Amino acid sequence: MALLSKKDTNLILDPLADNNPITIQVLGICSALAITAELQASVVMAISVIFVMGVGNVVISLLRNVIPSKIRIIVQLVVVATLVIMVDQVLKAFAYELSKTLGAFVGLIITNCIIMGRFEAFALGNGPWRSFLDGIGNALGYGVILVIVGFFRELLGTGTLFGIPVLGDPIAKTGLYSIGYENNGFMIIPPAALIVVGILIWIQRSRNKALIEEA
Amino acid sequence: MLEHLELFFKSIFIDNMVFAVFLGMCSYLAVSKKVSTAVGLGAAVIFVLAVTVPLNWLLDQYLLRDGALAWLGPEYADYNLSFLSFILFIATIATMVQLVEIVVEKFSPSLYNSLGIFLPLIAVNCAILGGSLFMQAREIPTLGLALNYGVSSGIGWFLAILAIAAIREKIRYSNVPAPLRGLGITFIITGLMGIGFQSFGGMLTGDNEPPEAEEPTTVEKIEEKKIIEEEIEDDEKAISYNDVINE
Repeated sequence: MALLSKKDTNLILDPLADNNPITIQVLGICSALAITAELQASVVMAISVIFVMGVGNVVISLLRNVIPSKIRIIVQLVVVATLVIMVDQVLKAFAYELSKTLGAFVGLIITNCIIMGRFEAFALGNGPWRSFLDGIGNALGYGVILVIVGFFRELLGTGTLFGIPVLGDPIAKTGLYSIGYENNGFMIIPPAALIVVGILIWIQRSRNKALIEEA
Repeated sequence: MLEHLELFFKSIFIDNMVFAVFLGMCSYLAVSKKVSTAVGLGAAVIFVLAVTVPLNWLLDQYLLRDGALAWLGPEYADYNLSFLSFILFIATIATMVQLVEIVVEKFSPSLYNSLGIFLPLIAVNCAILGGSLFMQAREIPTLGLALNYGVSSGIGWFLAILAIAAIREKIRYSNVPAPLRGLGITFIITGLMGIGFQSFGGMLTGDNEPPEAEEPTTVEKIEEKKIIEEEIEDDEKAISYNDVINE
């Protein structure tokens, strides 16, 4: 492709699996865990982060020769905070219920370590286009984990996806419930998210032995 | 006094920053390999939270919330600047961290040596911003309670990182499956600790409120309904039993 050279494609594809921000770089765990009890919240969170990271990386990359390095953290925080305020206002205007569910966690995108981490590691040293791709790639890698965790927690915990029952009706005992299946209330409580991510890391590292840490 | 005690224990155990709302997970995972560094970071978090939460409470109360500008005069009573909270809170935090760093360096070099390297890290720790945002979301009524909330959330975070650091020091001698080593097992242990901390839920009122981020789910509602129905049935049985005795 003329638009994306092989190197550029790698910028997007690497963070999806082998250099995933959550399971490998260990960045941005905070918000990843707290809002994944429902799939819808996970998807909205992922989209918000993709927007903030894409735009933020471009802005920082354009400013990279102007920012004095001593105050760069504050400049970065201000850029992210502005973008997050935009996301928050849009959510409040068009999806009020959802913005209530996400609550303080939209604000916490500001201190999401992925964003600061990518600003520091990539946007400060690369041009806008490559920074944009890197931002989108990392945010997608983050989003993928969020959606996987949200999918399993909502499906196993309440038997719904996006709030729609997919396994039958637990009260009327239809569908899977008619043969004795029960929802696992354990998946709803916050600590379950940690265990699901732990298992994801386990699966990923058993498939790719190169990622295993030295004890 | 009672409300202070209640908030204190609630923020440490029930709404523990790490186990209930997952704040500050990044540094929690990254800096928990040794107990001594974990203690340093934990102390710095308590310190910064104790400074920034009351400060942001004042900002929220007199500048940001709906009608907060009324003290300037009646014509300002309609202003609602709460959309600016993110940027003001993070600016306060970043400035305070810088200021605290300078002051501590000047007056207590020994404290600076033990906390110093962690202070810049803390500006981007979600636990700090989270402390201020949850303070705002929970509408903490007085400055004293805000200070209490900052300190006790900090202590909760400190306990959590201390515990995981101690466990990680020990687990080095265990035979963990290779793909789980390091990050994976830390996640799962934190999850188990979180489940343990859930048992503090009934500590204060016997009424386990779910964390604010999550609405009570349909399962819980159904279970509640069942329990209530059972109670009603029990009551009915008791009544009929009494009736029998009376007759």
